Amino acid sequence: MTESYPTHKSEGAVGAGPVDQPRGIDDPPGRLVAADRPEQIFEYAPAPESRSIVHLRSSYGLFIDGAFVEPVDGNAYKTENPATEEVLAEIAAAGLEDVDRAVEAAGRAQKTVWGPMSGAERAKYLFRIARIMQERSRELAVLESLDNGKPIRESRDVDVPLAAAHFFYYAGWADKLDYAGFGPNPAPIGVAGQVIPWNFPLMMAAWKLAPALAAGNTCVLKPASTTPLSALLLAEIIQQADLPPGVVNVITGAGSLAGAALVAHPGIDKVAFTGSTEVGKDLQRALAGTGKHLTLELGGKAANIVFEDAPLDEAIEGIVNGIFFNQGEVCCAGSRLLVQESIADTVVERLKRRLATLRVGDPLDKNTDLGAINNAAQLDKIRELAAAGEAEGAVRWSPSCTLPDRGYWFAPTVFTNVSQAHRIAQEEIFGPVLSVLTFRTPEEAVAKANNTVYGLSAGVWTEKGSRILWMAGQLRAGVVWANSFNRFDPTSPFGGYRESGFGREGGRQGLGAYLDV
Amino acid sequence: MESEAMTTVQSGSGATGRLTFEKGSRPFPDTEAVGSSIVGAGKVAAGEMLADLHRSESDLRRFLHGLPGVDQVGADARAASLATRSIKTSAKLWALEMAVAMVDLTTLEGADTPGKVMSLCAKARRPDPGDPSVPPVAAVCIYPDLVPVAKRALAGSSVKVASVATAFPSGRASLEVKLADVRDAVKAGADEVDMVIDRGAFLSGRYGLVLEEVQAVKSACGEAHLKVILETGELVTYDNVRRAGYLAMLGGADFIKTSTGKVSPAATLPVALVMLEAVRDFAELTGALVGVKVAGGIRSAKDAIRYLVIVNETVGEAWLEPSLFRFGASSLLNDLLRQRSKQLRGSYAGSEDFSIE
Repeated sequence: MTESYPTHKSEGAVGAGPVDQPRGIDDPPGRLVAADRPEQIFEYAPAPESRSIVHLRSSYGLFIDGAFVEPVDGNAYKTENPATEEVLAEIAAAGLEDVDRAVEAAGRAQKTVWGPMSGAERAKYLFRIARIMQERSRELAVLESLDNGKPIRESRDVDVPLAAAHFFYYAGWADKLDYAGFGPNPAPIGVAGQVIPWNFPLMMAAWKLAPALAAGNTCVLKPASTTPLSALLLAEIIQQADLPPGVVNVITGAGSLAGAALVAHPGIDKVAFTGSTEVGKDLQRALAGTGKHLTLELGGKAANIVFEDAPLDEAIEGIVNGIFFNQGEVCCAGSRLLVQESIADTVVERLKRRLATLRVGDPLDKNTDLGAINNAAQLDKIRELAAAGEAEGAVRWSPSCTLPDRGYWFAPTVFTNVSQAHRIAQEEIFGPVLSVLTFRTPEEAVAKANNTVYGLSAGVWTEKGSRILWMAGQLRAGVVWANSFNRFDPTSPFGGYRESGFGREGGRQGLGAYLDV
Repeated sequence: MESEAMTTVQSGSGATGRLTFEKGSRPFPDTEAVGSSIVGAGKVAAGEMLADLHRSESDLRRFLHGLPGVDQVGADARAASLATRSIKTSAKLWALEMAVAMVDLTTLEGADTPGKVMSLCAKARRPDPGDPSVPPVAAVCIYPDLVPVAKRALAGSSVKVASVATAFPSGRASLEVKLADVRDAVKAGADEVDMVIDRGAFLSGRYGLVLEEVQAVKSACGEAHLKVILETGELVTYDNVRRAGYLAMLGGADFIKTSTGKVSPAATLPVALVMLEAVRDFAELTGALVGVKVAGGIRSAKDAIRYLVIVNETVGEAWLEPSLFRFGASSLLNDLLRQRSKQLRGSYAGSEDFSIE
């Protein structure tokens, strides 16, 4: 041989480079130092998605009766990019009169145009909206990442495609409502007031609007105050699709004012809310006795349950996806890892090794895995709960990562030695913070998983099919994922038990929330 | 999830037959050396535990079926997600040059001639005659009878000669014939031997037979490096890929390789992911670093970079190096050169600006 091979087997060992190049203390476990060319490492160069596709206006009005209008009292606030704290635009703050106008427009449109229209005609509009969303998907994705802070990889590959898919799916139902299982000629409820959160601004808008419109309702949508931009772009798309005026109205502003006024408005027949359990409870109290229909999709503290016979590598991915997807700002996030005690050490070790490869930073970089926390208040809440975890004796760990100076950032965090009694095992953190608990038997796993006021989702990891089915029957959660987590599809109903809310979105069942049945 | 029927191949008979191996044919001649390094005592024990597996078919089966399963949907999703990594500018240039240095430039045709092989070797030494800064490829990969030709043509260069052997590509011959094939290649000067496993034996659950063959070929290789082709397109399930990968590593493989290139599908991203996870876990268990070679169907630089990303994020930087990761390919090389020159000069060269081999 003209050149000898490096003798990996005799000199090299996991975690160690050649003798003259010992592993650095700071190198993550399991990563190896390149043998011959230490200066050459595969460092991904920045790969930012261009912002130029988005044409941000300096100010945005309210979308009422098919047109963008100024709010009556002229109030406005600013929305910012959570990754940089840069102000993106001025947003109209709707007042009581604006809410009146929007609800009236929706009521008129429902009675005169949208309600009487045949399902097949309504379907054409919904298909058109879905297609335009696909055509403008890059614009929607960039805008979503700018306003929300989520990585472009997720807005591009998850949020926007799913939002369009919801319109496609419910467009298909619009002329088949007789066969949806609610009896012949199911009638729409009327005008829907829909209040949505900031974690999936566009996707939540699509989840709310598509089934409502397919069933013949008209809508007044109130996006979260920190993330109004994608809903306003959707309004523009709706204009482009020539949807009759008033069928969809978008009002922006504070939840406590515009949101509260909307749901309390007598012209509203149905309220759909996705957000915190606290606000959901207030809403239900306020609506009691009004005769308004109500569906709530609230918080969660999902258990991701890993058995010793789980497909380990995929389970690690599922844990990562469960809690670090969208920075953990997901109501159905797998924020409690319940791992069988016999493999707990292995799982935690592998999880840490995997987390060392997570890329935290610029949401618009195509290689970013974890973006910014959406707003300062949320960041405070995450910090407070993480501090409480430490104070209660849980062991805190984060991979070494450099966080940007400006913006709202929180490093991916894992708490071990967590007990069921700790706040971080009970309260929804809504951030990239995982609590690891252990169990010994399937019964114990079920008991711990169900030991929460919530019941939105759960994950089960095992190669044993019969156990998956048994667990799914035992877990009090609206969605139970088997050997997967955070997978969504418009054909599948989504919703909660107990303090996670009631009513289902998605699937045939999702139509029930917008039909008078 | 893979169904039980797909993943568990029950052996009809002889599952408990005792295997006998000569003393000294243990796959980890370096177990002691590893033990004296920083790896620690636990890993030595693991190495010895694995060495013991050779003594009984049922222990071997229990071990292979005790490996964590691979969820197909999850593995596909992970590979697809890594494929979205966007490798630009300096990172892209680095990856393209590394990929060139990792190529096993291959010709495995019935029509191969000394002339064709000499031309391939010239291309291997100087992939881009107009630019001496392009590194030579890692090896040429040819049939055994052409090894002497390649050896002469590559004399004095760093390019290795890899020869397929063991009744490539089907492997359907007696062990004696396979070993003769290997000895022939090694005697002619092959630096590396690419063997195929007996897929029939594997799929019928005769794991001991597969292991024994790998070991026998390994010892026939002598100094030559051994790459073990799993032919994942015929193993079909990812569970099988993981088990076959372990078998090859237990048998002493220096590399595990996806495919012969004669069966479709050949290399895929999820298969590479599963194999890289196997070498990572094997290294953790034993301290031995085994390489991975992806072969068949990799034609574009873009695909090659995707594999490098999976290597980087699964086993880490140590494997980003020609002694631990290879591409078995022919047309890939010119696309790498084309993309490299685009990266350096800002515009694409014409397809005729690079020599065919």
